[in-house]
Amino acid sequence: MKTLKVQKSGLFTTIQDLGRYGYLRFGVPISGAMDRFSLIAANLLVGNGINDACLETTLLGPELLALEKTQIAITGGDCSPKINGQSVPSWQTLTAQEGDIISFGRMESGCRAYISIRGGIDVPLILGSRSTYVRGKFGGIEGRTLRTGDLINAFDASPLETGYEMPKEIIPQFSGNLRINVLLGPQADMFTEKGVETFLSSQYKVTLEADRMGYRLEGPIIDHKEKADIVSDGLLPGAIQVPKNGKPILMMRDAQTTGGYPKIAAASTPDIDALGQAKPNDTIEFSKVTTQEAHEKMREYNELLCTLREKLRKTD
Amino acid sequence: MYASPRFLPFGDCALLVEFGDTISLEINCKVVALNVAIVKAVIRGIEETVPTYRSLLVRYDPVKTSYDQLVLQIRNFERLVEKPNLAAAGKTATIPVVYGGEYGPDLGYVAQYHGLTEEQAVKLHSGRKYRVYMLGFVAGFPYLGEVADEIATPRLETPKLKVPAGSVGIAEKQTGIYPCEAPGGWRIIGRTPLRLFNPQQEPPALLEPGDIVKFEPIPESLFKASIEERTR
Repeated sequence: MKTLKVQKSGLFTTIQDLGRYGYLRFGVPISGAMDRFSLIAANLLVGNGINDACLETTLLGPELLALEKTQIAITGGDCSPKINGQSVPSWQTLTAQEGDIISFGRMESGCRAYISIRGGIDVPLILGSRSTYVRGKFGGIEGRTLRTGDLINAFDASPLETGYEMPKEIIPQFSGNLRINVLLGPQADMFTEKGVETFLSSQYKVTLEADRMGYRLEGPIIDHKEKADIVSDGLLPGAIQVPKNGKPILMMRDAQTTGGYPKIAAASTPDIDALGQAKPNDTIEFSKVTTQEAHEKMREYNELLCTLREKLRKTD
Repeated sequence: MYASPRFLPFGDCALLVEFGDTISLEINCKVVALNVAIVKAVIRGIEETVPTYRSLLVRYDPVKTSYDQLVLQIRNFERLVEKPNLAAAGKTATIPVVYGGEYGPDLGYVAQYHGLTEEQAVKLHSGRKYRVYMLGFVAGFPYLGEVADEIATPRLETPKLKVPAGSVGIAEKQTGIYPCEAPGGWRIIGRTPLRLFNPQQEPPALLEPGDIVKFEPIPESLFKASIEERTR
């Protein structure tokens, strides 16, 4: 079914689900929503499965024309959503009538918004996922960002009888000043004690070189002991590489699968979602946690995600 | 090579089993042997593994297992990979390549760098078998080693913005094949009409770590015919 037509593409709008797993050894990145929490929430608000495909917008949202009556939800950063020019709330079920125009204004907080459609977006599964991997030119619509004129199809699903909203206390706040938990390693021993200390006690700023693959950060230089390169080994989203210039590069969802710079640390899994909402000029400070502490936080986060559906409130 | 493997935590969902910090056949054989053993054993909580030059990345679900538990389980395989069979390998693939000319714009440089003719350089490159050490950089890109010292050549000082799909390159003692158009700094000596990566297929990549590759020189006419056949 043709559900939405793209009137304006926005800055960098792609189709994403929770990502592509099991193909790292072939050099295929995990991809998927930069902020997975917001994608899951968007899906639940329209009664979808948590892994259904949604639109992911970046800073400047698209303009969409509803070709039929449909239910949608908008989550993630506050992107001032509108239907026919009237402001509408995020983090709740919305109904778009045939002919309605869905548009977005200023990004008030965060960097990315998620737009779910009842039924989930219908694009082919490529290696088990509908996520767009733009560098590899596959997934989503022809492996690319949305273009004017694209038709977004949703799978058939009967409309929800009632709408839902996310309780305010569960909606994440994106402040622009992030404090991120990291686990030191696997190559923290290639940095001087002072280098590690600098990394953990300084404020870093997201530069303009920030995309789905990773963010270059600006801030105090992190000293290596001697060498600043390694024989390439595996790389994952959340890894923080430090090349010779001493400035960290934070890898994100489209991270390449191998790399030759030493990794001083890796962000804890729940915090990668928060990082997915970071935009240029936001600041990041890193706090060290142990593996055990990180696993405890991950259990809490999983618990929250597993019970999110029950926490939704009916709106009518 | 280390006397015994190092276990390194990598974030909260992965660990590395590192066998050394150099590019070496023996180290990579250990990595691949451990990978085979782990995949075969189907260990609870392991989500996927990534063999690279000198370590195995193990991605796990901390809800189903713990770091300490996994290290103990993986240590059980230590003896098994202590003396890997260096001859053991995956499949052997022959990669047809048209060398030089517009397909291999840096072949002349590579030959000149070592005082060879282009024919001699091609003979050296296609005259031995290479091991796939790992895949990375872009989906399906195989890192192959090692080329003869007589053709080992440093990377370009300024990488090219676009290297065509199928390009075969040399960087120091490594050789590799670009599965898709990508920016790159390797010295390009030829091009293959074979498709190395296809996301519509399972598995998506032609090669896997541990496989053996042999390059076979082909004339331009054969390259063109193969491309035509592929696009038909």
